[in-house]
Amino acid sequence: MTPDLMSFDHPLTRLVVGLLCVFAFVGLNGLVLVWVERKVAGHVQLRPGPLHVGPYGLLQPIVDAVKLIGKQLAMPAGADKYLYWAAPLLAFAPVTVCFLPLPFDPALAPMRLNTGLVLILAFSGLGVLSLILAGWGSNNKWGLLGAARSVAQSVAYEVPLLLSVMAVALTAGSLDLYEITTQQGAWPWQWYGVKNPLAFFIFLVCAVAETNRAPFDLPEAESELTAGFHTEYSGMGFGLFFLAEYASMIVVSGVAAALFLGGWQGPFLPGILWFLVKVYAILLLMIWMRWTYPRVRFDQLLNLSWKWLTPLALIDLVLVVIVAGFGG
Amino acid sequence: MSVSQLFEEAYTGLKSLVVGLGITGKAFCQPQVTVIYPKQEVDNLSSFRGHVELIGKDDDPSVPRCVACGACVKACPSNCLTIQCPVPVKEGDEGKPVVMGPAPQKGSKTPAVVIVDFSLCSLCGQCARACPVDSLQFSDNPYMVRLDRKEFQIDLLARLRRMAAE
Repeated sequence: MTPDLMSFDHPLTRLVVGLLCVFAFVGLNGLVLVWVERKVAGHVQLRPGPLHVGPYGLLQPIVDAVKLIGKQLAMPAGADKYLYWAAPLLAFAPVTVCFLPLPFDPALAPMRLNTGLVLILAFSGLGVLSLILAGWGSNNKWGLLGAARSVAQSVAYEVPLLLSVMAVALTAGSLDLYEITTQQGAWPWQWYGVKNPLAFFIFLVCAVAETNRAPFDLPEAESELTAGFHTEYSGMGFGLFFLAEYASMIVVSGVAAALFLGGWQGPFLPGILWFLVKVYAILLLMIWMRWTYPRVRFDQLLNLSWKWLTPLALIDLVLVVIVAGFGG
Repeated sequence: MSVSQLFEEAYTGLKSLVVGLGITGKAFCQPQVTVIYPKQEVDNLSSFRGHVELIGKDDDPSVPRCVACGACVKACPSNCLTIQCPVPVKEGDEGKPVVMGPAPQKGSKTPAVVIVDFSLCSLCGQCARACPVDSLQFSDNPYMVRLDRKEFQIDLLARLRRMAAE
């Protein structure tokens, strides 16, 4: 039985319950993803990964979380007190909002908005602001360099990201993720990812850059900038950035599943399961990519974004307009 | 750069990305090489370098082949080897306690003390290479643990006798 969030009549009740569910979902999936990430990293390098805490090391993320919570919160001398502590909160809060318009199931969409896509894009763009605040506020040269990188990176990848999303929105004729999902069918050939693979590819590349993950983890770049924008953060300050990264991974995977892979639709299984299967398939691909590719250089990312992805996304958009114009 | 070159570069780049994913994907499915120590132990120790140990004579394994020439002591860059042998007794000194001196010494063909300080050793193997009678080799205990650094001053003669007795 899928829980029916739509049975709460008042939108505010639905919002509060939805937010609580989102927090639980993010926390739980964060733990699972940390475990999956470390297991995949281990197996790719012919190691077993976490092994000793719990069966198959399953309890390792919980131990890590307890350790992080127990650590002292330190602030470097000369840091901007307000910016420094606002940054981790600002990193985590907008990501949770992004879960609200995601349709997990016909009955499980925390908030149906006719501009859900815009809300997600706007709030995930806020994440960059938190990186800037963290880098600037911690009075650290590595932090500042990481912040500067994150700005240039966001300017570069958000353009093709928006263009590829726009192509899908134009085809579906809606900005509501629920509506876009229902426009697609249960079978792969009815999905926008198969009908418009170029937009799907561009979205995936930009999504990796959006979540600051390898090979586009330039703001962190542990081998160059220690830890970039979160160099100075300890304990849960770092923990919130960490959680926000995994939460935004789930968000972009969820958006990709809804936009390109038919969302909750699929044969035989209930909708929520199909949605989670698709989300986790994309998450696994992202983790797999992280442990395969080396980090790109800064100019390489900008070149890729401005010279390849943006023109390609524009061409794709024009094609979509022509097809939509003639077809419907 | 011409347009066709650009697209060729993009194509080879994309192809290499897929190849990379294939390599890590294959590695993901391969069996792991990690030995989880208390549960498993490593088996192939032929190339393992433990501290050096003496090799016994073929006819008497408890006596080292060593001729106390001191070549290993000279070759050691970390000065971790000590070889001593009894100073030959001079005329008129018979009956006095035996005096030990560093090798090499005239008239001495067997060492009385061979000590390796493993806390200094960098396992370079120069001593084993320098040995003219092939009396030194690496031991094969990967699980050596001591509680005191003094215990890393290993008496190799005693060790050889113990090994021969086993």
